Amino acid sequence: MPETSPVSSPDRSVLLDHVSIRFGNFTAVDNANLKINSGEFFSFLGPSGCGKTTLLRCISGFSEPTEGRVLIGAKDMKGVGPNKRPTALIFQHLALFPLMSVADNIAFPLEVRGVGKKMRRKRAEDLLDMIALPGIGDKKVSELSGGQKQRVAIARALAVEPDILLLDEPLSALDLKLRQHMRTELRAIQQQVGVTFIYITHDQGEALTMSDRVAVMSKGVIEQVGAPDQIYNRPRSSFVASFVGENNALKGIVKVQSEDMAALETPMGTFEARVGGGRKYKPGDEALLFVRPEQLVPGKAENAFQATLSRQEFEGATNHVFARAGDTDLRISMVNGGLAGSVGSTGDTMSLGFAPMNATILPVGQIASEA
Amino acid sequence: MSRAVVFGGAYAIAFFSFLFGPLIIMVITAFNSSKFPRIVPWDCFTTGWFAELFGNQRLMEGLLNSVIIGVGVVALAVPIGLAGALALSELPSKLRAMLYTVLILPILIPGVVLGISTIVLWGQISRGLGGAVQAGMYNGYFLTIVGQITFVSAYAMLVFIARLQRFDATQTEAALDLGATPGQAFRKILLPFMAPAIGSAAFITLLASFENYNTTVFTVLSESTFTTALASKVRHGTDPSLSALAVIIITITLVGALTNEAVQRRKEAELGGKASRSPLYANPLTRALTHPGVVFAILVAIVATVSYVGSKHDSSVCEAAILQDKLDRQAELRAAQKAKIEAQEVEQGITVPKPEGGFGGAFGGLGGAAPVAPAAPKPEGGFGGAFGGIAPPAPSE
Repeated sequence: MPETSPVSSPDRSVLLDHVSIRFGNFTAVDNANLKINSGEFFSFLGPSGCGKTTLLRCISGFSEPTEGRVLIGAKDMKGVGPNKRPTALIFQHLALFPLMSVADNIAFPLEVRGVGKKMRRKRAEDLLDMIALPGIGDKKVSELSGGQKQRVAIARALAVEPDILLLDEPLSALDLKLRQHMRTELRAIQQQVGVTFIYITHDQGEALTMSDRVAVMSKGVIEQVGAPDQIYNRPRSSFVASFVGENNALKGIVKVQSEDMAALETPMGTFEARVGGGRKYKPGDEALLFVRPEQLVPGKAENAFQATLSRQEFEGATNHVFARAGDTDLRISMVNGGLAGSVGSTGDTMSLGFAPMNATILPVGQIASEA
Repeated sequence: MSRAVVFGGAYAIAFFSFLFGPLIIMVITAFNSSKFPRIVPWDCFTTGWFAELFGNQRLMEGLLNSVIIGVGVVALAVPIGLAGALALSELPSKLRAMLYTVLILPILIPGVVLGISTIVLWGQISRGLGGAVQAGMYNGYFLTIVGQITFVSAYAMLVFIARLQRFDATQTEAALDLGATPGQAFRKILLPFMAPAIGSAAFITLLASFENYNTTVFTVLSESTFTTALASKVRHGTDPSLSALAVIIITITLVGALTNEAVQRRKEAELGGKASRSPLYANPLTRALTHPGVVFAILVAIVATVSYVGSKHDSSVCEAAILQDKLDRQAELRAAQKAKIEAQEVEQGITVPKPEGGFGGAFGGLGGAAPVAPAAPKPEGGFGGAFGGIAPPAPSE
């Protein structure tokens, strides 16, 4: 194959070609159109009910798109059942088989393909070594801890070397410590095996830390696709800006736009900021200005305004300061400056400012509600 | 406090005697040589009623028929029930509720109706087909199996539905996703999960088939199953061989229950991790002794030994003595009556037609319980109904 990659590795890309999935009148996925590259760690991020699991089931073959095509490795998957696709799905609750031993679980994909018992055992042991759990093959699934089950599920999914590994919020059932540990581990496994990972989550922390690229979904629509830092720093819609990370939204009227910068008149003053998503505004258009809590800096001269300190939450390294300016509540994150870095006390007036490049003007639209 | 204990204890005793009293009395009567099942007066300890039970041709034939029919019903009702439960679980909820009612209906319909309608339907069908098909179809075995399946498979379905509700459908999806064909997913994932339910469904359907009377009595035609044979035997009067049967059934139940308990306890201990800590399981001897297989073998050995010893017991001497006793007593009574009648005759100078067996109802009082009617035609011999009315040979059909 005339591939661009130097080693002739299999094509493990997934192409969603204008995919829509509807149930009656309800549109679960609306015109998803994107390409997931071979060997990529790709995440779909969105609140529950946004259609990400539906899309995943469509890729794995449990449902067919109402419109559009799903191509895996440039092959159209229409009419190809889940057992015939080069995909493996890790279910939210893992769906390990409780009546089988760990080794039998891992070797199940081989068993149904008619691989002999000895070979299966060998492969199961190799995979157990890979997930750093050697020698637990004869245990029952119920005897494993949450993290071990997680890894066994991954080993089972990788047993027949799928091209695509689909993960449906597999970490949501774990406690925080383990979840953070498994993030690192998942990423390591992905780089080790080189399989395309498609990861579904509502946890932005997971999506941002592990992924090469992230697609943010809301109400069936893919709002933005990009690398984690792009998603965070250059949101293209008010939903992405408000869903990914904390953000302060200031409503105002566009006064003037020049290229990718614009001035927005708000009750707190007129601010200059970057225009998100390459949009064009006419003077007088309503828009939202998003500025991250950590971009609001006390005493900064650019885009300066006055606010009243209303509350502080001290969290070690960061100090979350809540302030009020006009009728807008603001959130400010400050690095703990030690003993010298006192911000003030409740009721104090403080002067805040932010760099125009680090704030984004976006059209008025859906705001993600706090979880 | 103590009053509560007393009351609770009394209640418990009353409750358990209500539950088990009849069983205990029945077990005791099985070993009394009296021809009517009773405890007092106690005649002789005997094991003869077991021999009598096994010697009953009709009951034994019925038992064989029951086994044949039971196996047939289990073999068909369990797969049908499983298929029904699976179909229900796949349906949208509205349709499911409706179909559920329809499938449960045979349980609610009286068995008599099912029995009659089975004969009518299959009679029509087999007459329509005629020839060898008719003979193969219109017989007691086929009709009974078909008739029982109509409601027994609904029992099986209920068992499967209960189990299926605990099945995680993503297990099947996971199997499919990992490359299994739908058939493989069924065999390797769903069936093993359903295995315990299949076991209990088979057991329940076997019991339901075995003990069914209402439907079977119609569909079995000229054959008889154990239950219908038993019922017709009881109709002609009961005798302690039925108590003997009760003893056998109770014994089988006890052995089964104790073995099951052993299985459950072992499983629990192993699952709960108690097995590794308990000294019972550490010692190889006690570990082997508590194994369900060994428990079962010990119980069976006990039963076999008791049965063997029992079968050697001979109560004929004692029984002969009792019989002699009764004969003597009867002769005595007869003589007394004769004397009385003669005295009356002498007194009144009339001759009363003397009934043959005037003491027919004097002893057991079952068969001939009617007051002594001089005109009543008597069966041969004065002892016809005297000993509890053992059923005369059943009228042949």
